[in-house]
Amino acid sequence: MTGERSFRGAEGGLIDRERPLSFTFDGREMTGYAGDTLASALLANGVRLVGRSFKYHRPRGIFAAGSNEPNALVELGTGARRTPNIPATMAELREGLAAASQNRWPSLTFDLMAVNDLLAPFMPAGFYYKTFMWPRALWERLYEPQIRKAAGLGRPAMAPDPDRYERGTLHCDILVVGGGPAGLSAALAAGRTGARVVLCDEDFRLGGRLLADDVRLDGRPGHAWAESVAGELAGLDNVRLMRRTTVFGYYDHNTLGAVEKVADYREDRAADVPRERLWHIEAHRVVLATGANERPIAFTNNDLPGVMLGSAARAYVNRFAVRPGARAVIFANNDDIGATADALSNGGVEVAEVVDGREGWLVKRALGRRGLRGVELSDGKRIACDLLCVSGGWDPAVHLSSQTGVKPVWDADSFCLVPGEPRQAEVSAGACAGRFTTENALRDGAEAGRAAAAACGFDDKAPDQPAVEEPAAGNLQPIWTVPGKAKRIFLDFQHDVSLADIKLATREGYTSVEHLKRYTTLGMATDQGKVGNVVGLAMLAEERGVPIAEVGTTTFRPPYTPTTLGAFAGYNRQQHFQPVRRTPLHDWAERRGAIYVEAGPWLRSRAFLQPGEDLFAASIREAKATRDGVGLCDVSTLGKIDIQGPDAVELLNRVYCNGWKRLPVGKARYGLMLREDGIVFDDGTTSRLGERHYLMTTTTTHAGPVMAHLEYCHQVLWPELDVQMVSVTDQWAGLAIAGPYARKVLEKVLPDEDLSNEGFPFLAAREMELQGIPARLFRISFSGELGFELNVPADYGPAVADLLMRAGAEYNIVPYGLEALDIMRIEKGHVTGAELHGRTTAADVGLGRMMSTKKDYIGRRMVERPGIAAPERPSLVGLVPADGTSPLHGGAHLLPRGVPTTAENDEGYITSPAYSPELGHWIALGLLKNGPDRIGETVRMVDLVRGADIPVKVVSPIFVDPEGKRLYA
Amino acid sequence: MRIPCPLCGERALEEFTYLGDATVKRPAAEETDPKAWYDFVYLRDNPRGPHRELWHHLHGCRAWLEVERDTLTHEVFDSRLARERGTEAK
Repeated sequence: MTGERSFRGAEGGLIDRERPLSFTFDGREMTGYAGDTLASALLANGVRLVGRSFKYHRPRGIFAAGSNEPNALVELGTGARRTPNIPATMAELREGLAAASQNRWPSLTFDLMAVNDLLAPFMPAGFYYKTFMWPRALWERLYEPQIRKAAGLGRPAMAPDPDRYERGTLHCDILVVGGGPAGLSAALAAGRTGARVVLCDEDFRLGGRLLADDVRLDGRPGHAWAESVAGELAGLDNVRLMRRTTVFGYYDHNTLGAVEKVADYREDRAADVPRERLWHIEAHRVVLATGANERPIAFTNNDLPGVMLGSAARAYVNRFAVRPGARAVIFANNDDIGATADALSNGGVEVAEVVDGREGWLVKRALGRRGLRGVELSDGKRIACDLLCVSGGWDPAVHLSSQTGVKPVWDADSFCLVPGEPRQAEVSAGACAGRFTTENALRDGAEAGRAAAAACGFDDKAPDQPAVEEPAAGNLQPIWTVPGKAKRIFLDFQHDVSLADIKLATREGYTSVEHLKRYTTLGMATDQGKVGNVVGLAMLAEERGVPIAEVGTTTFRPPYTPTTLGAFAGYNRQQHFQPVRRTPLHDWAERRGAIYVEAGPWLRSRAFLQPGEDLFAASIREAKATRDGVGLCDVSTLGKIDIQGPDAVELLNRVYCNGWKRLPVGKARYGLMLREDGIVFDDGTTSRLGERHYLMTTTTTHAGPVMAHLEYCHQVLWPELDVQMVSVTDQWAGLAIAGPYARKVLEKVLPDEDLSNEGFPFLAAREMELQGIPARLFRISFSGELGFELNVPADYGPAVADLLMRAGAEYNIVPYGLEALDIMRIEKGHVTGAELHGRTTAADVGLGRMMSTKKDYIGRRMVERPGIAAPERPSLVGLVPADGTSPLHGGAHLLPRGVPTTAENDEGYITSPAYSPELGHWIALGLLKNGPDRIGETVRMVDLVRGADIPVKVVSPIFVDPEGKRLYA
Repeated sequence: MRIPCPLCGERALEEFTYLGDATVKRPAAEETDPKAWYDFVYLRDNPRGPHRELWHHLHGCRAWLEVERDTLTHEVFDSRLARERGTEAK
């Protein structure tokens, strides 16, 4: 029987005993206090066995007290909020927290997969590359699924994430990363000058090691000093303190990424509180005060629950008033021995023995099965204990400085990696620079803060340094491992990488540090080797017989600690993945039963469903009604670019492949734009509204790229052209009015304009007034009917559409959607994005004659290449089913008759199929090898996806009104 | 990464789009040698170190910039309006 009382000290600790919290672990009810982490609360409840290891399913306990924890990974939360692989040491306790152990079956204490541990001799590094080679077919069907089942971490939630995530940008003079003595000291020095300071710390309480060690500053406990400094900083308007915020990435030009936990520690999760915030931080100067991670000494069975870092044991005793064991042995190679022994004694833990490795006395082996029961020393002596505190020295947290591209360097005096020369405006202060004492941290921090503020132009006045009393530290003699059973000497706990694996890798020639990492997976787990990497490097150096400095390190990359994908996704989920653009007529269309389709960034009306109608029926009805009477279509999404200046026509002449010099004022022209490689880029009409004033239209999807292209042409290629351009897409609503009665309808709303065929012929373009508002009218047609496009200021769009509907009522006017428009343009053989898909030339789509031979234009020279001009390229044809009834399929392939259905015999494909109400059967546009020469021939439409192989007849791509009688009417 | 725009000041990478090598020049209209055009359209060096590149301040002032940047360290040495190319750096 263990309970909260047995392992919690009666007093002390930075916990709020007035606020008990209940939580569960694997369903068991437990209690802790506000101020606890899940790890400290579990230890207070006597829980030692917390998880199972990745590969061998060995029992594992709590090893550390911070973000370096390799073992105690848990699933937090339930259902859609279940989050796997959270170190218990980083989970802030809250009321009702549900935690579960992971990677065990059927239970944590009785894990059948622990048989893997017995099989360990057969599972050395890279065993899966070697063992499961034969028979090959079994890899996918048997071996891989089984390995995946046996190995692994927690289970992700299987339902959509119900939480919100926010994103923000911070600009500051000085970013301080880390809220320990160095960071607080830096923030204070900089903050007092008035500089804008941001301080981030991953913990929920500021102070770092001041919270965990028995340090006195100006006679006060370290945590009290930290609290008063935090209080002063909180009172400064120019300082922002961000707790629970992990700076995970250091990018170019002092851009850093951070994630702030917002909702996870709260009991009341209001709907407007995001779970996390992703911060993009731009800082003039960065002070890295990220501290250091303690490293262990590795020995046989060093992964047993009960073996713990000395610094972690001190944190549990001092900060959380928790006894991590009852009877302890201390094993160390440096002066931290004293601090650990004092902390344990003061906290009520019996110190059975102190094993000072520097005297040649070592812990050889940990004893016990599911938890530590004792240790065997190098002299054969055995000591009973349930806690072994191990201290092998400190590894500066050089991750962020190394992410800037600076390789850390081996400091042969302190036996650790320290940051290299900074390449960005940053400095490392205190323990992360290899200067480990509290006094160094305070002094370093103050100087770094002062210097950073001075560099940003603020007065520098270094704050007075507090007088420091701290336990002795340092005097390290390197001891990395204790000889023993190499397969049970673990270096990377989370990935079960043992000393034997390092030896094997070196024997097999994986002696480069990068190869070693990938072959053994050393440092590749979610903790990225914060505990074991340096010991691993030391062992590699030993195996190779070279100094550690020569081994080097692997590349440090973001993130520093695992980061949720939700934080990166932020708002951009599902329908919010990208902004939705709605046309001025969106609501107008909705009231008339419109259903929408995504077209580039836009939602366009697809069809206007009447009761009982489906999409097919509605689009057929709309197309028919337009061809027989008149229809109205929202074309506001077409890109519109206003181009003005004396050289406007010259620019048009160079970006379009056809000529523009002779276009008179008041006329529109169809233009085709190529890319420089000769492929069609975009098409549309451009109208000359004035002497030096043109309005270009683009396709909906290419509006943005065409604008950027024009800017490129003007600013980069031909800056000498005197021309200006601006996008006016959003300023104008566009309405297409098409059908035999189109003119009659327009004449009713524009009674003062001469819209007769003589007064406003095909391709006329004119600015006018419509009931007092500016309007632009163009006689252009995509449907092939007598057609006009009317532009009015965007806000007037719905009112003008209503006006047209009223005027057209006597002609049975209908609104028509994109689907009906598509049917009509296919009937007319007009190409669109389906044909101009980035692989076709002007000749391919039957527009070869548009390309001028008299001028330079973008793409001119590349279309002259023999291959791209070859007649056997697939080019535009019309297709009809030979039986007159079968439907045609988009994407289906075209093959000759009487040949095997193989890719070699493929001659083209269908780009745009439609049911033609005009002809009463299916028609399609397609691209066919030597297409124009094969009119009249019968080929096969082969659709292996939907299953069809039918004869289709090659015809002209213009199915309706080939003479254009309707168009020019 | 931060890119200085001569019109807007230093701005975050996200505001820009990248085109690439700014040292290639479009051949004169009269040039008929296919090789010259092929070089211009397709061939780009990929230098390690200082490089002149075209960036478009798409989500800003929409100016095309010629930026001199170290492709290894991402250090930016110079940034000017593309339309003022050939003039001396400010």
